[in-house]
Amino acid sequence: MASNPMHQFEVYRIGPKINLGTVDLSFTNASFFMTISALAILFFLYIGTKKKLLVPSKMQLITEMSYTFIAKMINDTAGTNAKPFFPFIFSLFMFVLFCNMIGMLPYSFTVTSHIIVTFVLAAIVFIGVTILGFVKHGLKYLELFVPKGVPAILLPLIIVIEIISYLSRPVSLSVRLFANMMAGHTMLKVFGGFVISLGLLGGWLPLSFSVALTGLEILVAFLQAYVFAILTCIYLNDALNLH
Amino acid sequence: MELEAAKMIGAGLAAIALAGAGVGIGLIFGNYLSGAMRNPSAAQKQFPNLLLGFALAEATGLFGLVIALIILFAF
Repeated sequence: MASNPMHQFEVYRIGPKINLGTVDLSFTNASFFMTISALAILFFLYIGTKKKLLVPSKMQLITEMSYTFIAKMINDTAGTNAKPFFPFIFSLFMFVLFCNMIGMLPYSFTVTSHIIVTFVLAAIVFIGVTILGFVKHGLKYLELFVPKGVPAILLPLIIVIEIISYLSRPVSLSVRLFANMMAGHTMLKVFGGFVISLGLLGGWLPLSFSVALTGLEILVAFLQAYVFAILTCIYLNDALNLH
Repeated sequence: MELEAAKMIGAGLAAIALAGAGVGIGLIFGNYLSGAMRNPSAAQKQFPNLLLGFALAEATGLFGLVIALIILFAF
């Protein structure tokens, strides 16, 4: 079934089959597009910083804008303490953004529409932030689960709720990105199918609709990368500053 | 009832999640607009918060999609 809207998410092997024990380590289209986006980031930043002019060229301006955008976001949400984590958050944001944007090209593959990719990213953030909190504050980090100013009689309930909400962070962080990308791309394919089935006479309506949806999807692709980065900053703020 | 039919009904019911997402997105943009009308000079500063709230509210509707996909394909 070529018109299946889920067909675009299929992962297949390109190149030879590589097995490490029972683990399949073959090079797939997912790893191909991950490599493409990593190389695209490197190329983008290299072009932008090649000639360091006082009055920046267009490429240099875009690069500087993305730098100040993330630097300002970290400063606003996590404070100056989080300055050393700038490279991590910048690379996280750029990787998610480029994967989303390259997925918007026709016939390409959206890496972030697979939950395992986004879950690994979210798990890195979650485990890193937890370790950081314990290293920085020791056992005092557990005070995160005890909000200030809560009546003592409510505390047992609140602590359980806080622990559950803390543990659900990686799940919600990953599912948000994955579900947004997957729903958007499925919707685009469904509307593309309408164009074909309505033919030359009635197909113009869904066609114009799918142009508008493409615009919305590009907005969502940027927005989800932004949300992923800003939530990482908020979690980092919890670990660094403890309320 | 056939299992297949029950799956379809369940997946359809999961679409109710979109009602909550719609209410949430409407509240966010409506309140932002009324706040911006009252104090236009403070509006620009809250724009990132608007986008953040929009993305967070939209995601709750998409969790319903994930439930539908789990019902349809995982069982």
